[in-house]
Amino acid sequence: MEKKIDKTGIRIGMWLFLYTEIILFGGLFVLYAAYFHKFPELFAQGGEELNTLVGTVNTVVLLISSFTVAASITALQRGKKGQTIAFLLFSIFCGVVFLINKYFEWSTKFHHDIFPNSETLQNGPDGLNIFFGLYYVITGLHGLHVIIGMILLMVTLTLVMKERVHKDRFQLLENAGLYWHLVDLIWIFVFPLFYLVI
Amino acid sequence: MNTQESPHIISYKLLGTVLAALLVLTGVTVAVSQVDLGVFNVPLALFIASTKATLVLLFFMHMKYEGKVIVVSFVSAVIFLGILISLMFFDVSFRYFS
Repeated sequence: MEKKIDKTGIRIGMWLFLYTEIILFGGLFVLYAAYFHKFPELFAQGGEELNTLVGTVNTVVLLISSFTVAASITALQRGKKGQTIAFLLFSIFCGVVFLINKYFEWSTKFHHDIFPNSETLQNGPDGLNIFFGLYYVITGLHGLHVIIGMILLMVTLTLVMKERVHKDRFQLLENAGLYWHLVDLIWIFVFPLFYLVI
Repeated sequence: MNTQESPHIISYKLLGTVLAALLVLTGVTVAVSQVDLGVFNVPLALFIASTKATLVLLFFMHMKYEGKVIVVSFVSAVIFLGILISLMFFDVSFRYFS
């Protein structure tokens, strides 16, 4: 006899975990809001230093990868294994592009002596120091989530190839997808708050 | 509980339309950030971000086709986040930073 799978339960479990993630980043956004309220001009000045183009490119990359992850679920539900694999590979590739962009962005900042505990920030005004502190914590934590999301997608990809995840049992892909979309969801708010702040 | 639930398959076309809308909204938010709207800058940016987040939730994350349990619990999580943020502003406005 085949073991019964509680498909709805599996999804609810994933969502419960996502709520804790929302509250985690929510707490950091609260911190951002409080200090933005106190140092609006310095936050604007900090935002000017960030490269809007890099931020926009990364937003587009994440949105496209979210689309391909959602499409991979559609492909699997239709029983198209090849398409699923292609979509997942492309999504993981998008994650790599995102991280490479982030790497160059951070190293440019480091070259300009803008990083936690750097001379420029320590001797500069408090607001700027706080802005970049939040920038590194939030984008760093978000970057960590991108890496975890990519690992999840890679594990799922392997299981799709081995036919352990298939048309009638795609819950793992669905949950990995939900995680990836959450990463996108958080970036949707990070982007205007840091790159577009006026 | 209904164990025979059939999965909701969302067509590529719908997903593509959502992606297009998200990309357009990203363009809009970058464009309006170049214009100084005074106090409306932040609310407008957050409004566009919330619209994008709603699109991702409804279609990419299949929220539109979910049962009550997930929808209600998600809304509660957002409400709690709202409480967290508003209580913070009470404190910020009347105590530390005034």
